[in-house]
Amino acid sequence: MAQKYYILIGVLILAVLAGVFVYPNYFNKGVDFLNSKLSWTLPHFPEKPFVLGLDLQGGVSLVYQADLSQIADKSSAMSGLRDVIERRVNMFGVSEPVVEIQGQDRLLVELPGVTNVQQAIQMIGETPYLEFDEERTATDTQQILDVMKQVQAAQTAKQDITKIPNWQMALENPYFKPTDLTGKYLTKATVIFDPTTYKPQIQLQFNDAGAAIFADITGRNINKPLAIYLDGASIIDTNGDGKIDGQDNYAPIVDGKITGGKAVITGDMSDQTANSIASRLNSGALPVKIGSPISQETVGPTLGSVSLQKSLMAAIYGLLAVVIFMVVFYRFPGLLASIALAIYVAIVLAIFKLIPVTLTLAGIGGFILSIGMAVDANILMFARMKEEIKSGKGLSQAIDEGFRRAWPSIRDSNFNSLIVCAILFFVATSFIKGFAFTLALGIFVSLFSAIFITRIFLMVFIGKWAEKARWLL
Amino acid sequence: MQVNFTKYSTFYYIFSGILIIAAIVSLSMFGLKFGIEFMGGSNMEVDFQKATPSNEAIQGALKDFNLGEITVQPTGSTGAILQFKGVDEATHQQILSALNKLTPVQEKSFQYIGPSIGQELRNKTELAIFLALLAITVYIAFAFRKVSRPVSSWKYSVTSLVALFHNVLIPIGVFSILGKFYNVEITIPIIAALLTILGFSVHDTIVVFDRIRENILRRGMGQFEDTVNWSLTQTLGRSISTVLTVEFVLVSLYFLGGETLKYFALALIIGITSGAYSSIFIASPLLVTWYKFNLEKELKSNKKTIKG
Repeated sequence: MAQKYYILIGVLILAVLAGVFVYPNYFNKGVDFLNSKLSWTLPHFPEKPFVLGLDLQGGVSLVYQADLSQIADKSSAMSGLRDVIERRVNMFGVSEPVVEIQGQDRLLVELPGVTNVQQAIQMIGETPYLEFDEERTATDTQQILDVMKQVQAAQTAKQDITKIPNWQMALENPYFKPTDLTGKYLTKATVIFDPTTYKPQIQLQFNDAGAAIFADITGRNINKPLAIYLDGASIIDTNGDGKIDGQDNYAPIVDGKITGGKAVITGDMSDQTANSIASRLNSGALPVKIGSPISQETVGPTLGSVSLQKSLMAAIYGLLAVVIFMVVFYRFPGLLASIALAIYVAIVLAIFKLIPVTLTLAGIGGFILSIGMAVDANILMFARMKEEIKSGKGLSQAIDEGFRRAWPSIRDSNFNSLIVCAILFFVATSFIKGFAFTLALGIFVSLFSAIFITRIFLMVFIGKWAEKARWLL
Repeated sequence: MQVNFTKYSTFYYIFSGILIIAAIVSLSMFGLKFGIEFMGGSNMEVDFQKATPSNEAIQGALKDFNLGEITVQPTGSTGAILQFKGVDEATHQQILSALNKLTPVQEKSFQYIGPSIGQELRNKTELAIFLALLAITVYIAFAFRKVSRPVSSWKYSVTSLVALFHNVLIPIGVFSILGKFYNVEITIPIIAALLTILGFSVHDTIVVFDRIRENILRRGMGQFEDTVNWSLTQTLGRSISTVLTVEFVLVSLYFLGGETLKYFALALIIGITSGAYSSIFIASPLLVTWYKFNLEKELKSNKKTIKG
């Protein structure tokens, strides 16, 4: 059998596989039917759904700016931050969330299907920031207190407080200053019970580096208080009023140098409070501070699914129009090209499912555009073919020549579009990236489709019989 | 049968010239309305279940939030798009409940872009456009390096760039008018569309130039204008077909696709039509005009040397 027939069979098999992969329902129903009638156990084709972007299924997209000014090892801080937030987000019960580092110091959080945005932002944004503060020297304390008095006086007199030297000191805690020990050294927090009183306590375990720092701090602060703050407030309620606010200050006195990296927080708290603090600590003491999101996008679920439906309708009608045009204008080759186009759509969609490519509105736009452009390669070939036939060449020669002559144009022009796609992909934001990617993918597959599918169809199906039925061309 | 395209070159130049001047005038008078992705701010799309309250009612309900200027754009019969300065999530929820008190409302989508991201986006976009133009120029010069006679290869680059500016300027001009009178914004999809137009219009021009190149290689360099016309005639059928097929898909997208892609499709429709038009009626005639211009210069200087 001539080589072209092998290629044709290969193409047809590929087409069927792609089609079934994209929409396995009919295949699976058929398999079920056969299985029940003939007692076979044919396997089902795996049903993998398309991955839909946020703008198609609804959800929230947030971008946070991390404050890396105090951090030396920026990249590991960012990955640490990413891991912690991902844990938080998973606790929130979101299916397939996306937590990604963007650039040097930004974090992208995407929560598909989330409707309670406020809660999500609260959970992410208020990830606990744990710090251990030691007592200031008496002179420091006095200095800050003085500045605070000055600022207060200025505020009552309605004067400009920025004129006071070191006015920012008024914002600091006069009695305690931060140490190097923060949440990033915490490995675990557990709730334990005092053996005699059975009261709940929170045990903190630090990693080796943290243990060393903790040993230092406790070593130099023996018989002095060490304050522990969670998110800028005392970690537990100390005055027994049931609330944690500015009145509370948890600062137990250090007995001696602690080298094992274990600290126990004792105090008057219920089981519930102890558990909640421990779990907050475990799900992530943030290594880096983030503020509120610098950008936020919420898409309601209805808007998402409506957009999806509409774009699909548009794609189908557009495709239909193209097919009709091809058949009317180019007759039999046009029909072949339409079939090739259908195969092209199946293959591209199958690739989308396979990789998987997250489909966004932009991506669908790119895909639809590439359908239009895919036809272009076919048209170039047909136009050439017609010319060659007119100039008197035989059919199979005309097809060959047609392809050979058309190829430089096809190559150059598509190459150019690919260059633009590459630029778009590297320089621009996620929306444009999605568009560029699907367009580029579409162009590649359309080149493949032009070379292998349309040409093979032409070579196989236009044989001697067509010489007699020239009108079909 | 050969269509003599270049005979009427002057008319094409005048027609395009008018369009370009109109676009430039519109741009300088109306400017461009950029979406919040570029300017920063909040964009809230809501659906009032019963009926859209009046502009004043909405402004009144949101007075306490000190949002500055609030733009209210009704969409459909019950929806509206509100735009105001950037707010954090807590304020956002409060705004929503204030609106809900006025009349039951459901939020379809909300976007908040901080100012730094907006600026970044503008910079990145400019960079992208610049790089794309650069890459295209280089590529064309490279692809046509073998055809340095009778018109040198960089001339192909320049004429296709002229056609390109033409193709991008006209849609931008249209959007400037749409922005002024219909509040249509330039959003990221529109920019993506413009960059696609860059790519596609060159795609088109290359096919025509490719044919010219082939004919020059086949038939020799004499009769340049003739060769160009012959090439244009040959490629006419194909150009129309290609543009039509892409337009079918885009028109379908415009009428049936969702809101977001509507103006994206429009930008592409205008740009691609303009692209096909410019390859045939601007880029190629320009080659011929330039060639003739150089020829006359040579003749004049030859006359001078002969005389003197």
